[in-house]
Amino acid sequence: MLELKVINDNPAPSKKGGCSAGSCGSNDEQMSHLPEHIREKVYNHPCYSEQAHHYFARMHVAVAPACNIQCHYCNRKYDCANESRPGVVSELLTPDQAVKKVMAVAANIPQMTVLGIAGPGDPLANPERTFDTFRQLTEKAPDIKLCVSTNGLSLPECVDELVKHNIDHVTITINCVDPDVGAKIYPWIFWNNKRIHGRKGAAILIEQQQKGLEMLTARGVLVKVNSVLIPGVNDEHLKEVSKVVKAKGAFLHNVMPLIAEAEHGTFYGVMGQRSPNKAELQALQDACEGDMNMMRHCRQCRADAVGLLGEDRGSEFTLDKIETMEIDYAEAMKKRAVVHAAIAEELNAQAARPAQKNDIPAHYRPVLMAVATSGGGVINQHFGHAKEFLVYEASPAGVRFIGHRKTDLYCSGGDTCGDADTALQTSIRALEGCEAVLCSKIGYSPWGELEAAGIQPNGEHAMEPIEDAVMAVYKEMIAAGKLDEAPALYGAGNAA
Amino acid sequence: MALKIIESCVNCWACEPLCPSGAIHEAKPHFLIDAKKCTECEGDHADPQCASICPIEGAILDGLGVPLNPPGSLTGIPPERLQAAMAEIRAR
Repeated sequence: MLELKVINDNPAPSKKGGCSAGSCGSNDEQMSHLPEHIREKVYNHPCYSEQAHHYFARMHVAVAPACNIQCHYCNRKYDCANESRPGVVSELLTPDQAVKKVMAVAANIPQMTVLGIAGPGDPLANPERTFDTFRQLTEKAPDIKLCVSTNGLSLPECVDELVKHNIDHVTITINCVDPDVGAKIYPWIFWNNKRIHGRKGAAILIEQQQKGLEMLTARGVLVKVNSVLIPGVNDEHLKEVSKVVKAKGAFLHNVMPLIAEAEHGTFYGVMGQRSPNKAELQALQDACEGDMNMMRHCRQCRADAVGLLGEDRGSEFTLDKIETMEIDYAEAMKKRAVVHAAIAEELNAQAARPAQKNDIPAHYRPVLMAVATSGGGVINQHFGHAKEFLVYEASPAGVRFIGHRKTDLYCSGGDTCGDADTALQTSIRALEGCEAVLCSKIGYSPWGELEAAGIQPNGEHAMEPIEDAVMAVYKEMIAAGKLDEAPALYGAGNAA
Repeated sequence: MALKIIESCVNCWACEPLCPSGAIHEAKPHFLIDAKKCTECEGDHADPQCASICPIEGAILDGLGVPLNPPGSLTGIPPERLQAAMAEIRAR
């Protein structure tokens, strides 16, 4: 209910570069400030809790092909195994196939706690397929959390049905609250048996989204709002969106960068609309943060993704493979419960650890560091194996999670799909703005190239908790005098 | 007269539940309209429903073979701009 608003009712004035507790991307610090009934709902949901995403996995099943609107960043082309972005899938599933797949994944990846339906179209524009899947899973796999992601057009008429299926996490993509902005994002919607173009269509969509948001929060459903940051279209406007959705009780705001390439065949891609750079994205997330919990760990995954955020094990669970799997779900549930309890224990132990007091003089500038991890909240990945790096900011105020950098971007098509950079060059470019990279191990050759690029490799903190290690390296940098004069690499305009 | 779905259909299912005559069915490689059942929605709706939700330009033709959603009408991308972009990609 309205209690959701207490999270951030008194936002502390956000110190630049510091962690204003309670609003930094739902990390450990924030988790401990959440009311118990909300903590209970998000502690094992990787898409709602930054901390959870190190431990718990999610999956999407592609049962919802139809859509009722057109967005300028989307193209209804499926089936590209090389691409990882929302709306792309390889195999459309029937609800029965989806249920089988979910149970197979749950039995094989016990840390998978969440099943979402996110497309490839709009789940609520396919109510029969979406709700049939939910209905069967509630019955057959009661230990899986169900959630749904929608553009919001059909949301008001679906709220009762969603609540009936015990869906207590809903994501609405809201890119604007002003129809004039909307007209530049949505060319048309299908509404009351007509295709409605332009501003008029956008106005109806916005009204439905806001109504749906209010109805859900009134029923105690946790709502995350996704927004696509489109430079020159809605960038400034998203600050207003953040305020409006927070006032209506949304729990978390996830501002994602536009993905637009001509080869995707989208309006923005073909027309040359640029995507935001990393500095612009972070600046906007920081600007919204005073008002709202911001999510920074989203990986903009495919509508059929399987695994921890940032990894995709979908190819292990294709239809032909799950056909041959025998699943004893009762047995799997026992194993899952043991794994979940162990993770919960680990999280509780972390929460119980007293917050470390940093006696670092406030004049030291913040530093960005990249971390290679394969999950578990520790530094445990070889530099060369990392498909992505998590980026943290260390400052006298503490350590905060900033975001992630993919090294293979959203397309792994190789030479045929763009510049033929070496993997190392790609990684170094992805780490722009970072002054150190923490990993379990690193080869001799990348070590030299990273140093030459001004990024200090560090393999000294293998298996240590990420935030402790980042703080330790920050203190080492201060002790070595590195932060006395050298200007910040990390600042306005330098990140591409 | 009847409408027709052609090969550019992406099998997204959006049209199928909307057809007031039950004329649309799933088929391989793409959905089809039963010409005997299709009424072009006359008497039921002001606009043909399949063509009003279809996201793919050119995928639905009228009885004369003319696309109900011509190039550029749904995406807003001027056709010459799309052709230029595709030519540029092929040349890479």
